[in-house]
Amino acid sequence: MTDPPLLAVEQLSVDLPTPRGRLRAVDEVDLRLEAGCSLGVVGESGSGKTMLSRAILQLAPRHARLGGRVLFDGQELTTLAAEALRRLRGRSIAVVFQDPMTSLNPVLTIGRQIVETLREHLAIDAAAAKRRAVELLVEVGIPAPEQQLRQYPHQLSGGMRQRVAIAIALSCEPRLLIADEPTTALDVTIQAQILDLLARERQRRNMAMILITHDVGIVAGRTDEVAVMYAGRIVERAPTGRLFKAMRMPYTEALLAAIPKLDAPPHTPLPAISGRPPDPTRRLPGCAFAPRCCYRAARCEEHKPSLTPIEGTGHEYACWHPIGPRV
Amino acid sequence: MVYSIRGFDLAALDVEVEPIAATPASRGRLVFWLAVAWIAIVASAAIAADWLPLTSPTDMDLLARRAGPSADHWLGADALGRDLLSRLVFGARISLSVGLIAPVLGLIVGGGLGMLAGYFRGRFETLVVGGIDVLLAFPPLVLALAITTYLGQSVLNITITLGILSIPALTRVARAATLTFAEREFVTAARALGAGHGRILMRELLPNIALPLIAFFLLAVAVIIVVEGALSFLGLGIPPPAPSWGGMIAEGRDSLDAAPAIAFLPAGAMFLTVLAFNMVGDRLRALTDPRQGVL
Repeated sequence: MTDPPLLAVEQLSVDLPTPRGRLRAVDEVDLRLEAGCSLGVVGESGSGKTMLSRAILQLAPRHARLGGRVLFDGQELTTLAAEALRRLRGRSIAVVFQDPMTSLNPVLTIGRQIVETLREHLAIDAAAAKRRAVELLVEVGIPAPEQQLRQYPHQLSGGMRQRVAIAIALSCEPRLLIADEPTTALDVTIQAQILDLLARERQRRNMAMILITHDVGIVAGRTDEVAVMYAGRIVERAPTGRLFKAMRMPYTEALLAAIPKLDAPPHTPLPAISGRPPDPTRRLPGCAFAPRCCYRAARCEEHKPSLTPIEGTGHEYACWHPIGPRV
Repeated sequence: MVYSIRGFDLAALDVEVEPIAATPASRGRLVFWLAVAWIAIVASAAIAADWLPLTSPTDMDLLARRAGPSADHWLGADALGRDLLSRLVFGARISLSVGLIAPVLGLIVGGGLGMLAGYFRGRFETLVVGGIDVLLAFPPLVLALAITTYLGQSVLNITITLGILSIPALTRVARAATLTFAEREFVTAARALGAGHGRILMRELLPNIALPLIAFFLLAVAVIIVVEGALSFLGLGIPPPAPSWGGMIAEGRDSLDAAPAIAFLPAGAMFLTVLAFNMVGDRLRALTDPRQGVL
């Protein structure tokens, strides 16, 4: 613990002004990520996952108000000058977005988009950048890269486009890659390929990664640690193996239960989580999950539980009535 | 049985659908290329006017006043005996150069302001939008009158006046297009990859808004040609004896009963040119219209 981690997020909050009042999208989130490690962030739509990733990069919407600190490699990002921040983005921290249909510029060839990012951050000439672009496309598994460089995004399939987006993100050898639902917009058969590609490149480059998803199954085999988000807060965090074996938070349990099982007989109703996430403009005094929780008690609706660590395991959870360890 | 019937039906449907679907598209293409061809003819005549074997547009052949077409004057001559063909060609030079340079001025100033307003938003946008509202509220004819009265009637002053008048519309188009693209994910992605404002504006946004801007620019060219004609007709435009289409129509008005061609020839040339610019602009606009993805 003496070494500063690669990324430390402390008490990070994001408030968005809306006509109905302030919306707290991210609520006092703490995160630590060591170099070369991977963290999965899981939560349903609107739980603040994407806003968290944008806030780490200081790319929150214009009117958003940020609180807390983000330390990358000991550098405070929240107070960093715009120019230094710009050099950091893409160079040290890179992002892969959810939908490769919209995250690539439709009117520029992919070669141009890769070369531009390379030349923005690395002092190399156009010919070297082009050679590097071809190498990158080979690394992300794109056949006939020389020809593909001249293609426009709409001429590629969704999976290919996401590979290009990953190539662009990896182009400057970042130390942290934030993958924001990188497979949500893709075909199921392509999902595994893209995730394996990300895992492979992460290991090869010893790069840290934050994998944001709503699919618990995706983080299961591919991350070192998992954080579960609900209504802007982290409600449970643990090493991946431990989380799936010994979850304490009822929300995590409900998320896992909602995954369809292959061995279930046909027409088995899915145990979906009833109700909806709480209105983020009206904050509840107690636990945000209480209204939908089947274990709730009076205390859950009055007091907010804070993250409590279990000694010596790296496991933390925020719940008054945790589920007991499974036997 | 069922399959064969279904197959038969589909075949019948194909035969019926195809010609209906194909004709308007190919007709549209033909019209588009005819329009492009007309613009090319007018533009090359205007550019090459000095080298064409034409009599001077200001030479008066007093024996041929209001004459019909002849070997000397292919399209006849006007009330002062000046060659109509020559005046049409030299008039095209002035009408086209005013019609193109003025919107280019508007495109550079308005397009730039609109992009910056749509991208940076905030107080700057309020200022720009307020500014173009003021400009729009100002009666254009009064502005043209004021400028020509105080600065004098010259091609340059007319061009600048019309350029200023075209700024608001182009600003709005550029701002609206920028607004829709600035919120798109690829702009966030570019920012996340370390692109600065300059690169996002020039490399990410400009290529995306270029086509709608050019389409609108062509429509602006058509409007400016008409407005220049109207100003010349009112005597506020290009000073005589230099030929401009609007001025020619105004001069031809006096002899409408005796020689209608003097007014109708420049009117026809203006009509076809404006129509052609509108056709090309419409076609480009249709290409960028998301509602008609089939084109």
